[in-house]
Amino acid sequence: MINSKQTPNKNSSNNVRIEYQEVGKSFNNRGQDGLEENIVAVKNVNLTVNDGEVVSLIGPSGCGKSTLLNMGSGLYQPTVGEVFIDQEKVDKPNSHVGFMLQKDLLLPWRNIRENVEFGLEINGTNSSQRKKRSSELLEKCRLSGFENHYPHQLSGGMRQRAALARTMATEPRVLLMDEPFSALDAQTKMILQQDLAETLFSENKTALFITHDLTESVALSDRVFVMSQRPGTIIEQIDIDLPLRENPMARRHDLQKEVGEYVAQLMTLLNVDELAIQEEV
Amino acid sequence: MNLEKLKLNIISSGLWAGLAFAVFFLILWEWGPVFFEIPPYIIPSASSVFIEFTRAIETEKLFWHAGITFLETIAGFVIGSLLGMSVGYILGVSPKAEFVFSPYILALQIAPKVAFAPLFVLWFGFTVYPKILVAVLIVFFPIMVNVLGAIRTVDPDMINLARTFNASRWQIFKMIEFRDAMPPLFSGLRIGSTLAIIGVVVGEMVGGSIGLGAILVFAEGAGNTALAFVSIIMLTIVGIIVYGAVILLERRVLHYLPRSEYNGI
Repeated sequence: MINSKQTPNKNSSNNVRIEYQEVGKSFNNRGQDGLEENIVAVKNVNLTVNDGEVVSLIGPSGCGKSTLLNMGSGLYQPTVGEVFIDQEKVDKPNSHVGFMLQKDLLLPWRNIRENVEFGLEINGTNSSQRKKRSSELLEKCRLSGFENHYPHQLSGGMRQRAALARTMATEPRVLLMDEPFSALDAQTKMILQQDLAETLFSENKTALFITHDLTESVALSDRVFVMSQRPGTIIEQIDIDLPLRENPMARRHDLQKEVGEYVAQLMTLLNVDELAIQEEV
Repeated sequence: MNLEKLKLNIISSGLWAGLAFAVFFLILWEWGPVFFEIPPYIIPSASSVFIEFTRAIETEKLFWHAGITFLETIAGFVIGSLLGMSVGYILGVSPKAEFVFSPYILALQIAPKVAFAPLFVLWFGFTVYPKILVAVLIVFFPIMVNVLGAIRTVDPDMINLARTFNASRWQIFKMIEFRDAMPPLFSGLRIGSTLAIIGVVVGEMVGGSIGLGAILVFAEGAGNTALAFVSIIMLTIVGIIVYGAVILLERRVLHYLPRSEYNGI
């Protein structure tokens, strides 16, 4: 994709997939006293994610991480500033952005295949193509043989894999993920991280990934953005200068020391130690 | 599996207990009134009710009347359900419509629907229509309320999920809201199916000479308690058929729910 209007620079700007420009969002909330109060969730957020990059977003709870992601997906609009995906201003949900949440949100009345085909059905893909695509993805997500099962018959990890397959089915170029693995147990989580990292790498997807798990953010990403308390803004950007982004298991395993150092750095930025002391008092 | 075996055990032992109770009940019904010196015009014995039943089939066209009641019940139930569903869905997706109409709907809900029966007879005469209409009114509310509530409580994340796939408003309704409201809809249909027959029978009792309700009134007037018993039993059977049909439909439609989420009966 060459955009002649843009002057190429070092990070050739048509290489940028996700861009937040001076984004701020505030909500009107009726407080307990019945008075309207304006809550600023995020402010002055600037960030860019380049093609094929995986970037994590970490920060204290309630700092507006999810708000940022929702604006990226077009579910709601920023109060100030603009969000661009593929140089296109996001003003409504957009089919080349995939969205994934902590909840798998599989529809209980659809079997696994039908769930995976959900997005394809919405965009009007015909049934033979849908079937081909879903078979391919179920195979890749190791869910072959479970096509006709219903969500309640599957384990949490399998359900989240099905949700990943559903997200990938519409072939989004950009993935926005809001703590997709935080409801899973530690082992399942690592396996799914591995699956995700491999998929993102082999298909050269761009991803913005919210997590609470600092190790996860280091193991999976090229870069980590650190956000402040509300009103959330990005206070630091850390490049994870490690190999093996496609293999988080190996990163955790073979690069323990380096990963540990990054985690320690993130802990300092988030004041985790101090907060722990405050909690105890 | 052990659990399956246990379940079978419960079912078979339950079957025997149930059968034993039925026999006990029939014995009590047959000889109880005699034993307690209750006259037959208060409680007729089981056998005299059965004899009256066979007589009514021949001379009172019992099955024809039961058929009329059955069809009225079905018509009232189906129309009432469709109406309740439609209004429930419309109010569910449009809070403005709910705001405008809710006072009227509430008023109609509180008004005792059977009280409309004489009015409807006045309007439509001794036809089947007033009966169906009372049933429609009674069936309408539980279904509408359940559907409305269900549409309101659809997980917003589910709707957002569909929105991120660029779903249209109609697709969101069809693929999420409509389907998600199914289990509560069926709870409403169960309730409605048992209420439909009440509406019909009240209608029949108020006006006209057809249907089990009319037979009931006639039996009462003639002091024929056994015939009244027969009518009530027939009404119950009609009700059970309608309810059973709903349950069968529910099992087919909600097959995806885990078993434990089925309510008993």
